[in-house]
Amino acid sequence: MQGIRNFFKTFLLWELLQGLWVTLKGLFAPKVTINYPEEKTPQSNRFRGLHALRRYPNGEERCIACKLCEAVCPALAITIESDVGADGTRRTTRYDIDLFKCIFCGFCEEACPVDAIVETRLHEYHMENRGENIMSKDKLLGIGERYEAMIAADRAADARYR
Amino acid sequence: MWEWSPIRDWLSGVITPYWTYPLLTLVQALMVMVCIILTMAFYTLAERKIIGWIQARRGPNRVNLFWIPGLGQPFADVIKLMFKEIVIPADANGFLFRLAPFLSLIPSLAMWAVIPLSPEHAFANIDAGLLYILALTSMGVYGIILAGWAANSKYAFLGAMRSAAQIVAYEIAMGFAMVGVLMAAGSLNIGEIIHAQHGLFGWNWTWLFPLLVVYFISGVAETNRAPFDVAEGESEIVAGFHVDYSGMAFALFFIAEYVNMILISALTVIFFFGGWLSPFDGWLPDDSWLAAPSFFWFGLKTLFPMFSFLWLRATFPRYRYDQIMRLGWKSLIPVTLVWLLVEGFMVYFHVGPWKGHL
Repeated sequence: MQGIRNFFKTFLLWELLQGLWVTLKGLFAPKVTINYPEEKTPQSNRFRGLHALRRYPNGEERCIACKLCEAVCPALAITIESDVGADGTRRTTRYDIDLFKCIFCGFCEEACPVDAIVETRLHEYHMENRGENIMSKDKLLGIGERYEAMIAADRAADARYR
Repeated sequence: MWEWSPIRDWLSGVITPYWTYPLLTLVQALMVMVCIILTMAFYTLAERKIIGWIQARRGPNRVNLFWIPGLGQPFADVIKLMFKEIVIPADANGFLFRLAPFLSLIPSLAMWAVIPLSPEHAFANIDAGLLYILALTSMGVYGIILAGWAANSKYAFLGAMRSAAQIVAYEIAMGFAMVGVLMAAGSLNIGEIIHAQHGLFGWNWTWLFPLLVVYFISGVAETNRAPFDVAEGESEIVAGFHVDYSGMAFALFFIAEYVNMILISALTVIFFFGGWLSPFDGWLPDDSWLAAPSFFWFGLKTLFPMFSFLWLRATFPRYRYDQIMRLGWKSLIPVTLVWLLVEGFMVYFHVGPWKGHL
């Protein structure tokens, strides 16, 4: 009996028709794709994108060249050289992040005692030439200055969980 | 096909009447070809859109044409393919490698010569139309086999061999399904096959339903479409017979495949859904255009099998090779044989709508 029923099920393509019905319903189901450049998915304020070096409101660099970030970096992406500046404080003379090595883990930001190196929400960047993957100190400070309002707001929103 | 009397008369004055007929035929052939290739172009877009929708995606929507997102995608694809280099592998047989795309494209376009698009517009109204179609569907496989062999690549060769075995197996079932239609109509002429069908429920799809299913399944197999696309099998043999083709050489295979799909859809409509006959024939007054046979109904009906091709592709995983062979030899052919027997009795004892012959 079961055998006969199975025979007719196979012969009348019953299971195939069931499958076709599923896909036909899918044809009219709402689409989940986001039209990327026009629409964007929500982004967390903890998003770890492109790095930036911050300054204090009076314009002084936050970074004190403690090299904790260089030490904690699991991908060895950070290279720091330091010297004593004109005002007698220790400052970095070189602060390079190799974006090809960086794995965007955020450890540098965690390790920093003065909130100097941060990872911003920026993730839509590109490189056109060799060497542009090295983020020098100037470039990092430039990003920090340009997006300071956004960086500060994100840090403030996250402050109570730290 | 078209009478075009004013143009013919005018042309006869300009050039000798001897050359008028070939010239007009050439122009008409070009017009039909351009229309088919345009249909094929938008069919590729429809495929990407519909399969996208079924998979909860949006499909291509970046290239706008007439402010409709995605409508320009086929033209963007064509321009891209035209500017790509056609690489010919060093160990390939150059002549056959170049010949194969044309061998697969030309039969698929040539078959349209006997397809009646509307009651008046059959390009060549020949008596052995069905035989012509059977012959040319078999020609198409040479392109695939030669492409696979000439490329001198193991993947391409595997694809060609699979395709050959599959097409041989399914051509038999397809031929038997056509024999059923032939018995019903009592003629090989495609126009007469359509005229032998009367009224929505008198079309062949009711009495020959098993043959319709068999014909469409073997049509899918014949065009190497999913779920029977072992000849391409991108997860197993990269792209099958056309691995080594690039640019426009690849595009020719692509065009041939899609033109074949449209052709199989058109033939399904002609054999089983009354071609250009109106479904309201006999229900509405005869003078209304809805009841009149026209290209409108042919085109509208052809869209459904065309959609089914995409629907099947979006639904089913690829058959295993031995499953394909089993289905072809052990299921489809017996089904058609049994139904041919049934139909033979029906025709002999004048059951069913077929009265005019035997």
